[in-house]
Amino acid sequence: MRALRGKRQIDAEPAEAGELEPTDWDRPRTAPVPRFEHGSRVPGWDDAVDLTKDPAVVPDPASTPVPDGLRKQIEAAMARYPDPRSASIPALHAAQQEHGWCSPEAIEQVAAVMRLTPAYLTSVATFYDMLVTERKGHNDVFVCTNISCSLLGADELYDAMRAAASGEDDITVRSFECLGACDIAPMASVNGDYVGPLEPGDAKRIVADLLAGRPVLEEKQLRHRPCADPGAGAG
Amino acid sequence: MKKILFDRIDEPGLNTLAVYERRGGYAAMRKALTRTPKEVLDELLASGIRGRGGAGFQMGKKVSFLPKGDMDKYLVCNADESEPGTFKDRELMQKSPHMLVEGIVIAAYAGGIDRAFIYIRGEYSYQADILDAAIEEARAAGYIGENILGSGHTLSLVLHRGAGAYICGEETGLLDSLEGKRGNPRLKPPFPAVEGLYHGPTLINNVETLSTVPHIIAMGGAEYAKIGTETSTGTKLVSVSGDVKRPGNYEIELGTPSREIIFGLAGGPHDGRTVKLWFPGGSSAPVLTADDLDIPYDFDSLAKAGSMLGSGAIIVVDDSHPVLDVAMKLAKFYAHESCGKCVPCREGTNWTVKMLQRIESGEATPMDLDIMASVQEQIIGNCLCVLGDAMAMPIGSMIEKYRPELEAQIEAARERAGSGALENVVALGLADDHAGPMPVH
Repeated sequence: MRALRGKRQIDAEPAEAGELEPTDWDRPRTAPVPRFEHGSRVPGWDDAVDLTKDPAVVPDPASTPVPDGLRKQIEAAMARYPDPRSASIPALHAAQQEHGWCSPEAIEQVAAVMRLTPAYLTSVATFYDMLVTERKGHNDVFVCTNISCSLLGADELYDAMRAAASGEDDITVRSFECLGACDIAPMASVNGDYVGPLEPGDAKRIVADLLAGRPVLEEKQLRHRPCADPGAGAG
Repeated sequence: MKKILFDRIDEPGLNTLAVYERRGGYAAMRKALTRTPKEVLDELLASGIRGRGGAGFQMGKKVSFLPKGDMDKYLVCNADESEPGTFKDRELMQKSPHMLVEGIVIAAYAGGIDRAFIYIRGEYSYQADILDAAIEEARAAGYIGENILGSGHTLSLVLHRGAGAYICGEETGLLDSLEGKRGNPRLKPPFPAVEGLYHGPTLINNVETLSTVPHIIAMGGAEYAKIGTETSTGTKLVSVSGDVKRPGNYEIELGTPSREIIFGLAGGPHDGRTVKLWFPGGSSAPVLTADDLDIPYDFDSLAKAGSMLGSGAIIVVDDSHPVLDVAMKLAKFYAHESCGKCVPCREGTNWTVKMLQRIESGEATPMDLDIMASVQEQIIGNCLCVLGDAMAMPIGSMIEKYRPELEAQIEAARERAGSGALENVVALGLADDHAGPMPVH
């Protein structure tokens, strides 16, 4: 959700004082209630819609240039399903690869190929955590902060990861829900490669490996890990 | 115990067709295709295998609910595996993808289905690439496609990658997502077996369930039913994580004492620590305490103990973690993942987070726990899907079982924040000393 990131601000100003006799429950609260920019305590849609504009319709393919590679990928995805609309997630994913994020331009291009409205595709893109409708870096680091990982120090790892990547525009660090690798908790997914168990000290190595274009933390990659069950074995 | 799914799972190259076939792979499929679909279905029914994804519904029965006759029917393999603590399907798909493909071909044959999909969560990109390669190999070998091995059975199989949403592990949310929409759950009935993907009858099963199908056909349903307990047949992959020495996936016979899994296989909590609470079936299962460690690990025993086997994910929490922290992690997760379609879930999860924050900031009184418990009660059973219940059940059980600790935390937080002692709190006329759940009008 757009409003959630980076826009939180604390409104600590007390309401109009002096009008009412202070009562027991008017005492200053210990923690000020955080408010969003639009003044509410709940997140909402604070990206105003321009009501003077007509609603966006299915883009005209003639006036919407789409890179050839992207068009081929989307059309191939559409051909795999009985209903071509099923391809909306793979198509948005391909567009995100091409453009770096699901920009309005990227969504317009998908809409032109799939013959859907940009609004429909935006509704899909905003639903899923891996489709991003804000500008982001090309490298994605997802730090799992769900229950199993957090029991073993994921929150410290996330802080260390953010600190290590601060100033690197091309690396986007996000805390993520359970990534399905609690056996290597605390862990992170770096451009889709699962690494763990991690310590806060590994954060700098991850950034260095990413910048150098090396495989990230090769010795901690999940793909090399054998099954934990002693009865499984290699045969 | 002889491993069934994890038998020599780490054998190099098992993800390729050559090694899988050398080990006897696809023999069960050949065997099944020489019989009638009815005979294959009877084997599945005889095996008594219950779904390994969470609900534990008998797979054979699910297949038998599909309408007969000539129509577009679908099979969807649920590989979304997003239940916190669960990572068994990941290991299966990564190391033995052909086992899943073979299971899908057999299950589709039994149900008279000719189109199948695997919905894999987007985060599993490495596993998805492996599955894609396996599907391609199987297609080239003629195991997927038209008239498989001359049997007249036709099946197409498409791998669909999701994009990160817990709710897409819920079967109807998954179907909407597969249709290219936001993954909002649907009203049931009609159940997917009657009207599912593209309005066609749809069989939805978990990766582990489908991967077991070739073994059921190979050994015979009656033989498989001899493993495990009477109502929980077979073996189960259990993902053990959290505060244990050896986290990982273990294949156990259903009915094994939980203590043997947590302490014997996973090594128990770290030295000097004890088990405080544990989730027997993913983070959606009501929590159990150290007193419950001797419960046999099977569907019915855990249900009798007030919890559930769920996806087979044991999360162990040791005595160094306050219950409040665990509850907060859970509530925030479900609040983030609630799709927002049903009010009790959307509001209930968010209000639970706010109430837990009140405890942390020292504003709460023990009455907050009663209100929180009543919010949980009002979520359960009142939504289209069980996402809200999945928060309400563990949080409700924590309030019930760890109330003294939570009350102590409320007092400690009040002291830290200087909110004043509890006996000075004005009762607001709701009740004499401390109120029960707020009256609902």
